[in-house]
Amino acid sequence: MRRRDFLQMAGMGLGATMLPRIPVLGNNVPLDAPWYTVDVAQKKKLADVALNEARSKGATYTDVRIGRYLNQYVITREDKVQNIVNTESYGIGIRVIANGSWGFAATDKMDTDSIAKAAQLAVAIARENARLLSEPVQLAPQKGYGEVSWKAPIEKNAFEVPIKEKVDLLLSVNDAALKGGGNYVNSYLFLVNEQKYFASSDGSYIDQDIHRIWPTFTITKVDAKTGKFETRDALSAPVGMGYEYLLPADADKIKGGVTTLYKKRYDMLEDAKAGAVQVGQKMLAKSVEAGKYDLVLDPTNLWLTIHESVGHPTELDRVLGYEANYAGTSFLTLDKWESKKFNFGSKEVNIVADKLQPGSLGAVGYDDEGVGTQRWDLIKEGILVNYQTIRDQAHILGLNASQGCCYADSWSDVQFQRMPNVSLQPGKNKLSPADIIKNVEKGIYIIGNSSYSIDQQRYNFQFSGQLYYEIKNGKIAGMLKDVAYQSNTQEFWNSCAAIADESDYRLGGSFFDGKGQPGQVSAVSHGASTTRFNGVNVINTARKI
Amino acid sequence: MILSKAEAQVLLKKVLGYSKAEACEITLSGSEGGNIRYARNAVSTAGDISTLSVSVNATFGKKTGTATINEFDDASLKKVVQRAEELAQLAPDNPEHMPLLGPADFKEAITYVPATAAATPDTRAEAVAKSIQVAKEAKLEAAGFIENTTSFTAVMNSKGLFAYNTDTDVIFTITTRNQEGTGSGYAARGFNDISKLDTYTATKIATAKANGSANAKAIEPGKYTVILEPVAAAYMMENMFRGFDARNADEGRSFMSKPGGGNRLGEQLMDEKVTIYSDPFNTELPGNTWNREGFPLDKINWIEKGVVKNLSYSQYWAQQKGVKPVPFPSNIIMEGGDASLEDLIKTTEKGILVSRLWYIRMVDPQSLLLTGLTRDGTFYIENGQIKYPIKNFRFNESPVIMLNNVEALGRPERTISVESYRSYLIPPMKIRDFTFTSLSDAV
Repeated sequence: MRRRDFLQMAGMGLGATMLPRIPVLGNNVPLDAPWYTVDVAQKKKLADVALNEARSKGATYTDVRIGRYLNQYVITREDKVQNIVNTESYGIGIRVIANGSWGFAATDKMDTDSIAKAAQLAVAIARENARLLSEPVQLAPQKGYGEVSWKAPIEKNAFEVPIKEKVDLLLSVNDAALKGGGNYVNSYLFLVNEQKYFASSDGSYIDQDIHRIWPTFTITKVDAKTGKFETRDALSAPVGMGYEYLLPADADKIKGGVTTLYKKRYDMLEDAKAGAVQVGQKMLAKSVEAGKYDLVLDPTNLWLTIHESVGHPTELDRVLGYEANYAGTSFLTLDKWESKKFNFGSKEVNIVADKLQPGSLGAVGYDDEGVGTQRWDLIKEGILVNYQTIRDQAHILGLNASQGCCYADSWSDVQFQRMPNVSLQPGKNKLSPADIIKNVEKGIYIIGNSSYSIDQQRYNFQFSGQLYYEIKNGKIAGMLKDVAYQSNTQEFWNSCAAIADESDYRLGGSFFDGKGQPGQVSAVSHGASTTRFNGVNVINTARKI
Repeated sequence: MILSKAEAQVLLKKVLGYSKAEACEITLSGSEGGNIRYARNAVSTAGDISTLSVSVNATFGKKTGTATINEFDDASLKKVVQRAEELAQLAPDNPEHMPLLGPADFKEAITYVPATAAATPDTRAEAVAKSIQVAKEAKLEAAGFIENTTSFTAVMNSKGLFAYNTDTDVIFTITTRNQEGTGSGYAARGFNDISKLDTYTATKIATAKANGSANAKAIEPGKYTVILEPVAAAYMMENMFRGFDARNADEGRSFMSKPGGGNRLGEQLMDEKVTIYSDPFNTELPGNTWNREGFPLDKINWIEKGVVKNLSYSQYWAQQKGVKPVPFPSNIIMEGGDASLEDLIKTTEKGILVSRLWYIRMVDPQSLLLTGLTRDGTFYIENGQIKYPIKNFRFNESPVIMLNNVEALGRPERTISVESYRSYLIPPMKIRDFTFTSLSDAV
């Protein structure tokens, strides 16, 4: 299976039962092997081979990424472990500018001859493409950092936790789901470790160690007589953490609402028990009456709406047309930014881009073109104030430095502009989700994410969730089903009426944000507190075949 | 890196020779290829990549382990076999584990075309230059992508199975937009044979759609007769093809599940104009002749005149149900008629021509309800003629319901899914009562 098939499966949010077919993306390593890394001095030596060869062939700029990408997937259903997959992918990607044009070549043959040949090929490709240029590449200046390193601040390396412990956790989750009334359950643990070495002709040699984890499950309940079924997915988030994410304390839990919600750490077993009960309640829930509702969106739902309606349209490469052939362009055209008064949302709406936030999927020390990471405003008090850029686009915004948004999902793919964490800032005044709900007359409280779709310029979207609760005159009035909300990005964010305070702030995120040709995935977090949106269009999605 | 059948066989035998497991299966896979991405009428990125890796699956009883490596010296190959065996010992028993298959006579696939394998950076640059030239002449901005890949897979196991296949493939997609951002057009092509790829003509179609779609009018959302071009229909139906799985259906969690239990095999689920099948020997859309489990693939009908004829059964599920395994296919083909797209338009009193669909996601797996949007050229048809471009819509529709509402099918053509880039052979189709639920301002 090719990687693009994997991208598709991941991006499609396909039925959980498809996931065991996830292909091995790289090369397997022993499950309980000591977690070794390649010596930094050796990586520098290999990188210098590429830098020198490219320069001698006429490259005016070169960067080299040596990547060792480790994944581990534990895949189970009911009482069975379907697969344990360890993958390792090791190789080098070389990007050059020659005759004003980009060229790229990659190889997994890590001897000096093969690396030199790949550097030559990258220069040859750049020269070949130079004739199709309209203007030469303009790189924003970037100082070399010398030899530096960055490590994700994890407490417990999940790869070093014995397989048995992980298997036992997932099987106990499955057991709880089945005992609680589910008919089927699929559970997964995805671990990622990116060991990345970056070197450039600017004089940077950057060694980074990045960790991510995502535990998740889907519980299914079936009524064989009617042929109806419902599912309930985990309320976990993929995060930039170690195994400590799965070791919660009481302080990490938000109790007292319709279901327990999780802050920086997650109780998978507890969530499975709740999920098993809720999937049964979903079977009996009232089908929603289509119409306008005030929506109270939990961060487990809102993160994806932020991702699609704020994260993607503020990507400068989309605004400029570089993604026109695939993911699309953006309604946030440069004139709207230049006007300094484009009303993206209501005054409550403050949205930041961030590559620093600890525990987030986007946090790194340096991006994949050697730029130190930072945090900046995208939307300030409702007004569009900035975008997301990389080195060859910064000049278009009149910036003399990149914002550090460059990423490649493998040594074998060329790096390009990817979304940093994009997060809605919490409300400044003390306000809880319960305070928000008690002021809503006719509304729906939505927890968890499910279906998602948005147009290629990011105007019209439709989202659904895992749990829907009807709000009548300030009180939760029972569960609903068949709910999806449809809106227009600008109208939606201008209908934002209240945002809970910092004590409710949580991260959601995606492991598999797809973009580019050939397709690449990146992992990104989105923070929010529970937020109210007034008068949003809700449709009923029940159909008969 | 591409190994010949003989080279692959020698290497596989050597690796298998290192195995001490009760059963062992070795898979070799490699690829070579390159791509160019362009936007704003200029190249943005381009690259070239070559890979080769070996995967070892070792089994003791019902325990299996898999290890893979991309180094090929003797020490590394011995190490990878040993790792797989260690993993197998660490893994818990999988009661669903099935024994390896023995040797079979796999027919030669027709998926490899030397001309595609011979493509160079220069071939791609030429193809892109033609496309950019067309866009510039039409005063439009082109953004496009071309990628050619040659790949091979070879499998050998301790029961004597050996299978080898190599294939070539080229993908080309092009979007052209006007300066004002009021018009956009698209074309997509996928072939095994690069000599069939004509980037000039494909870009001409995209430019015609871009100019034709400018200044679209808004019409009310609702139920309309639509004509889906093959590239739109393929993306819509791709979501359904993945659901042709017996286990999910039997477990009661698929649109193929039957109320009361069991699956819909034998049921008239769609209009009788609908026939969907797989055939790896189709010359327009060749596929591999074996699957990873080691089953030979041959022609098989999934939907015949609207009746569900087959669902895919894994080896395990087939054993549970006492039936023969039905391997998942390597291609999907839908039958059609002789009508051209123009013929379908001519016979339409009132309707909408949909050039492309976008961002399709599952809303409800029960009914296979999907949502998504139209994109890159949506036109109103009246009295057999395209009258004017209309603004894009969001739809909420199930392909199962859609295939019950078939008015007419045109001549099938090879097209690709705009998200997976997988190729299909699909007719343009005229569908009544297709449900659009809201308008989009997107161009």
